[in-house]
Amino acid sequence: MSTAANPTTLGRRSFLASTGGLVLGFFVPLPKRVAAADAPPGKPGALPAPNAFLRIGVDGRVTVLLAHSEMGQGIWTTLPMLIAEELDADWSKVSAEHAPAAPQYAHTAFGMQMTGGSTSTHSEFDRYRQIGAMAKALLVQAAAAKFKVEPADCRTENGHVVAGDKRASYGELAQDAARLPLPEKVTLKDPKDWKLIGKATKRLDCPEKINGTAKFGIDVHFEGLLTAVIARPPGFGGSVKSFDATAAKKIPGVREVVQVPTGIAVVADHFWAAKLGRDALKVEWNPGPPLDSATILEEFRKLAATEGTVAVQAGDLPAAKGTKTIEAEFFVPYLAHATMEPLNATARIADGKCEIWTGTQFQTMDQQLAAKAAGIDPSKVEIHTTFLGGGFGRRANPTSDFVTDAVHVAKAVKQPVKVMWTREDDIRGGYYRPAFLHRASIMLDESGMPVGWKHTLVGQSILAGSPFEAAMVKNGIDATSVEGVSDSPYLKSVPNHRVDLHSPKHPITVLWWRSVGHTHTGFVMESLIDELAHAAGKDPVEYRRALLKDHPRHLAALNLAAEKSGWGKPLPEGHFHGIAVHESFGSTVAEVAEVSVSKDGVPKVHKVTCAIDCGLAVNPEGVKAQMESGIVFGLGAVLHSEITLEKGEVKQRNFHDYQVARMHESPLIETHIVPSTEKMGGAGECSVPPLAAAVCNAIAAATGKRIRELPLRRLS
Amino acid sequence: MISLKVNQQDHVVDADPSTPLLWVLRDLLHLTGTKFGCGMAQCGACTVHLDGEAIRSCVTPVSRAIGKSITTIEGMSTDPLGKALQEAWTAEDVPQCGYCQSGQIMSAAVLLREKADPTDEDIDLAMSGNICRCGTYQRIRCAIHRAAETKAKGGVK
Repeated sequence: MSTAANPTTLGRRSFLASTGGLVLGFFVPLPKRVAAADAPPGKPGALPAPNAFLRIGVDGRVTVLLAHSEMGQGIWTTLPMLIAEELDADWSKVSAEHAPAAPQYAHTAFGMQMTGGSTSTHSEFDRYRQIGAMAKALLVQAAAAKFKVEPADCRTENGHVVAGDKRASYGELAQDAARLPLPEKVTLKDPKDWKLIGKATKRLDCPEKINGTAKFGIDVHFEGLLTAVIARPPGFGGSVKSFDATAAKKIPGVREVVQVPTGIAVVADHFWAAKLGRDALKVEWNPGPPLDSATILEEFRKLAATEGTVAVQAGDLPAAKGTKTIEAEFFVPYLAHATMEPLNATARIADGKCEIWTGTQFQTMDQQLAAKAAGIDPSKVEIHTTFLGGGFGRRANPTSDFVTDAVHVAKAVKQPVKVMWTREDDIRGGYYRPAFLHRASIMLDESGMPVGWKHTLVGQSILAGSPFEAAMVKNGIDATSVEGVSDSPYLKSVPNHRVDLHSPKHPITVLWWRSVGHTHTGFVMESLIDELAHAAGKDPVEYRRALLKDHPRHLAALNLAAEKSGWGKPLPEGHFHGIAVHESFGSTVAEVAEVSVSKDGVPKVHKVTCAIDCGLAVNPEGVKAQMESGIVFGLGAVLHSEITLEKGEVKQRNFHDYQVARMHESPLIETHIVPSTEKMGGAGECSVPPLAAAVCNAIAAATGKRIRELPLRRLS
Repeated sequence: MISLKVNQQDHVVDADPSTPLLWVLRDLLHLTGTKFGCGMAQCGACTVHLDGEAIRSCVTPVSRAIGKSITTIEGMSTDPLGKALQEAWTAEDVPQCGYCQSGQIMSAAVLLREKADPTDEDIDLAMSGNICRCGTYQRIRCAIHRAAETKAKGGVK
């Protein structure tokens, strides 16, 4: 049972005033304790309109405002499910929209409005249910007065309040309910009474995403909107030396060419003119440092041979005694997010305010940085969040690069502008999953179990220099660099271990990429464990079971994946199984990959059997979709994807040389959800980390060759 | 001035004949269901039909479309095959971010016109030019098989 404090009524009045008494019946603002905590200092109760998570129209339509962004992960459906459950809403009348950028929509754990860390569903599980319960209480009270009965004599079902033979729809009751004081506390449903939570539910955003009407940032259009593309330095750390816009300005449709902090913007009537204008632009650049992938790898190797900053250690490593030592070095490259929708943002600066239209994961950061760029107060920046054509972390950017670009250009030309990135801009000019090198030395005892484990990681810190450094870099350790190694359940069973880290600094801009540090640590740890199992002459599943005996969620996922995949049973000729299990973002995922390798060494992933323990799965259909999504996303990085540098510039340009997984490479994916009452975890990222190891362990089973470098095409 | 026929409607646009059809559709006619993904026929997000053939509009000069019938995703909701595909996409809960799905459906429509009952290999061949970063391929595959069945049974009832 949970209760919600009595919320303020100030927001309600300002909201009703702002709607001019139209169809909107009532809304429920968030509980007071949250509002008070998030109100800007010195402005108690200054709640912007519409201060609402929920609207119920007199037509019975239920609109849920989302504090998080829909980027494919399905919260457009899952968060409304939470409200609809407690509200007993008619699901066919429920829809969603993105909330504006405002303090009320701050993440319940992170304190800023954002989408990331696979947290949207579990972080909102209480807040959204409470809002639904509060609204239901008001509707029941309004119905009781109308029916002249006690609220206790009323029940709710499918968008109606019923008492005996009397029945009223939520739409009929909405206006009366809006005049009632909010309840002091609410009681949430007993899970056994849930009708929606835990049931496979189809996406609410499907219809508009299959008929061309869904609006992404790139689709924003209004009268007078211009389009710009920006010529940015070709290499990291470069800058504009001089430019000649004569030829660019001769392109029909080009209006202006202006310098902005990130480069030279060509502003035109539409994209194609802007792009041709940029092609015609002559720019002389001050080069950045001549970085090269080969020299970076050499530098990482040298660092790995020295002592780094200790992340975790136990026992006495030098004194550890064993009979066999396994040594291995792993390397993974920089990776681009390559969202299908190239980055873009639209800015309009007028009447003392700045409006932004974009698909973003980081509204609060964007609001602050757009305000700085526009030279106005953050409260004067309105953000209209559109659908995101993929995020994967790229649109959660501590510098709000794609947003501030638009503000700078709009400010310079004094007109509304949409700044668009081409695919080349995205692949070459962006933010990357940092390249990482791991070196491990593991000592086994005579039974083949690890007794000593030394592990060194080398890679750029994502958080160093960002606003999150103070909170998330402790004692020189960026938690996102070592997550998945330093907190590995395997290490806990090794009496002597030490994990250390080097975080070299380079001007290459790095960022979280779907599953962040686990992208490489899941690959390395699960490859190593598999190698140890083989060295010990043990079955990889049995070996893991022994090491994970005190980790029931790992065991549950491991055992379910092994069972459902038919682990140990005969496979078609030439097919081999590989397994991996990894915890990330509060969930544990095991995957079994079925792989064959052709005579010329080309691997084919036929099937992936996936098992997840994410605690309660609010929408099991959504969880399955996310498992499929992460597996295919991870597969692209295993097979193909790689960003390399030559003379300070990214070598890749577009999808022909930055390749990702395609239909013919997509395996059959079977997902099983562990029935679980454990703490809820996330689903958006956790199927990425085990995939690389599962596939590479299967390749090792097929060929005897251990894969320690990705992508695989480097090896062919 | 260039005359175009898009989704059975006639339009006149002021564009250079070399302008890619994609930008005429998106920026001049504001038919934004057709998406920009790569600009070099690598990803399939911009797929439309030109006299029933699937083309990548990001590399197709608008001049090539003169005198031909252009169909975009916006025109598929009234097309019997388009309806079968949309119904199958809904049943399989295909989209995630949704950005690539217009192009996926346009490519799938041409596949089903050419092969009433495509095999998995046919689907691989026809659909490998359409990238989905959310990895909805398995569901797209199921949806294409489902739409083929619907079509064989006489279409969406």
